[in-house]
Amino acid sequence: MTGSFDQPDMYDRLGQALTELDEDADIAFNRLFYLSTAPSFFPVIAKMLGERELHRREGSEVRMIVEKPFGTDLESALALNRELLSVFDERQIFRIDHYLGKETVQNMLVLRFANEIFEPLWNRSYVDSVQITAAEDIGIGTRAGYYDQSGALRDLIQNHMLQLLMLLTMEPPVSFDANPVRDEKVKVLRAIRPPTPEEVPSMAVRAQYGPGKAGGEEVHGYLDEEGVPDDSTTETYAAVRLKISNWRWAGVPFYLRTGKRLARKNTEIAVRLKPVPHLAFQQQGSLGVEPNQLVLMVQPNEGVSLSLVTKIPGARMAVRPVNMEFQYGTSFLSQSPEAYERLILDTMRGEATLFARNDEVEAAWAICDPILQAWSQMPGPLPQYPAGSAGPKEADDLLEGDDRWRPL
Amino acid sequence: MTGLETPGVWSAEGTSPGAIEAALRQLLEQQYQESEAYVPARVLNLIAIVDREWRGEIVNRLERLGRFHPSRTIVCALEPRRDRLDAWATMTTHHGSSPGSLAVCEERVEIEMGQRHIDGLDTIVDPLIVHDLATVVWSPHGHDDAVDALVDLADVFLIDSVEAPAPEAAIARAEQLLQTGYVVDLAWLRSTPWRERIAATFDPPAWRPSLERIEEVVVRHHPESALSALLLVGWMASRLRWEPGAMLQQNGSMLARARTRKHEVKLRLEPEARQSVPGLAGITLATSAGVSLSLDRGPGGLAAKRRLRDGRESNYVVLGASRGETGILGEGIRQALLRDPTYGPALSAASSMLGSA
Repeated sequence: MTGSFDQPDMYDRLGQALTELDEDADIAFNRLFYLSTAPSFFPVIAKMLGERELHRREGSEVRMIVEKPFGTDLESALALNRELLSVFDERQIFRIDHYLGKETVQNMLVLRFANEIFEPLWNRSYVDSVQITAAEDIGIGTRAGYYDQSGALRDLIQNHMLQLLMLLTMEPPVSFDANPVRDEKVKVLRAIRPPTPEEVPSMAVRAQYGPGKAGGEEVHGYLDEEGVPDDSTTETYAAVRLKISNWRWAGVPFYLRTGKRLARKNTEIAVRLKPVPHLAFQQQGSLGVEPNQLVLMVQPNEGVSLSLVTKIPGARMAVRPVNMEFQYGTSFLSQSPEAYERLILDTMRGEATLFARNDEVEAAWAICDPILQAWSQMPGPLPQYPAGSAGPKEADDLLEGDDRWRPL
Repeated sequence: MTGLETPGVWSAEGTSPGAIEAALRQLLEQQYQESEAYVPARVLNLIAIVDREWRGEIVNRLERLGRFHPSRTIVCALEPRRDRLDAWATMTTHHGSSPGSLAVCEERVEIEMGQRHIDGLDTIVDPLIVHDLATVVWSPHGHDDAVDALVDLADVFLIDSVEAPAPEAAIARAEQLLQTGYVVDLAWLRSTPWRERIAATFDPPAWRPSLERIEEVVVRHHPESALSALLLVGWMASRLRWEPGAMLQQNGSMLARARTRKHEVKLRLEPEARQSVPGLAGITLATSAGVSLSLDRGPGGLAAKRRLRDGRESNYVVLGASRGETGILGEGIRQALLRDPTYGPALSAASSMLGSA
């Protein structure tokens, strides 16, 4: 079916083709429209589907998948939601975030809510800090046109990483149906106070990769990538420190960082517990004691690792941390469905638990918008970090107390 | 111990760190498909930087490490004019898998690379190290520039300071590395039996006062192992709070004096031409009370001789065969997980004896 997105007869031909399929099978098939276009066309397509009466059908379900980005700021997100909801009901709209289709991300819910061991510790009394990392070792490749309009905060933090944060910190839902889960998720975002413009420099850091090495080879800096303007102030690295102001998490720093051309590809969530209150063991002669850490590995390694302090075999009471590890690849020996496979199948089944609801999207923008606005007022050039490194040194300024970034 | 088993091998030419890392993950999964008894060791990462030409010797040493093997060994084999990265990876178990038991696997990666890769060596190695494990860097063929490129990744530097061309250079390098990480010095580990024996001699309460009466220390060493002798007297000086002075050369020996609270101690390092193996040959301690203790390398252990003031002598052997060079390397890897608080002060004392010369 060819035609432009605002061309009414194209939708008529589409409707006719769908009707023929139904008639041939003598079944009123459900219909799923998958909008994987430039975001500016989302409202256009939704409006045309409505005008040509393709958005509802007696006896079958009509659904729509919308790809990210769900807006470029709070205002555009509100406008997009308004326009989509003027045609479709919220229950028909499936905003896809492929991170939620990953086994390791879904396992966060199982880990938290099917294991009694963690829940008593999952609060400000025992958790010292949390780091959520989404590091990429590659640059922007040929995506300069998209990326330079977006940047790291919009591309990763506003959606994927806040989703991880929500799943990690939400209260137990009464059931794993879509709305109970999404109700609890959105409460987390509403408990994060958006920063004032004055607060942004102390809670958010941005930077661009400069020239450096990746895999031993020389690579360009961001400003030298094809298609990137010389004076671009788009960040390829973003890190933020967030606080969730609720009973469970008050005072715990949540560090989120993402970037391109970093030392290695790694997405993980590290939950660092508080140190023991008193240590009777001698430290001299051994690596010593580190607080327990639970690491949820999302990619490329997929699994869970829990660090414990143990005695080193020998005559002395020397101790060091060791890890208990579970890895998907070695524990199940079966291929997980690709994230998109899982999510598209869920859409076909009308299962919306792993999709973002309109209020989640808006609440996420409400946190990120002030940061973007403050950054837009700050002059360039941005701080640079060498390609292939762990990121800019400015990111260390976000850390509280003795906290330090985990190695990538 | 059974022979090595290599259930899976991967190799590629013109490859990248990301591809190697993915291959390691796949090897582990393949291994599990064969038997769930295979578990990867998770103790430490060892990065060995070697000349490609001599890599076989180093790989042989690594293969004989037995239970002290690292979890993941990354051998960077340097060939000056090489342009691309070629690599192979394997998982090996030393014990095989038998019903009801686990087979601990070590992962080994060998990457052939050129001089041009050294500057960005950290960007090649970093994606390959296992998270949350200590990372040890060992560069037995020199290549200080490659080690420097890995300073931010390394927790521990495994060195052998007797391999350096001169003691001054070895000590300066060890002190430099100690600024950024922990140093395990194989030369230091070779002297462990000597230090243990000396300490044990003065452990009985009746002998402890003699420590304050030591007035002469003579250390005999292989002609190319002066540094081992220097570290030993540096250890004594730092433990006994002596203030060592400058070393002076005299007839092939090195002489110095150290000040204690009450008197001076004569220090003498003597090359022993008859010693065929590197390291220490012997030590003699003499006290102002007319007592002397000698330890000399001998068959089956250290030959000890104690002479009292009245001329009585007792001779005995402190049993304990040498661990050999493979044993020393294994001990070096084991020590990477411990912290010896006495090496740094011994090194500083040795440095001051040379630096003020």
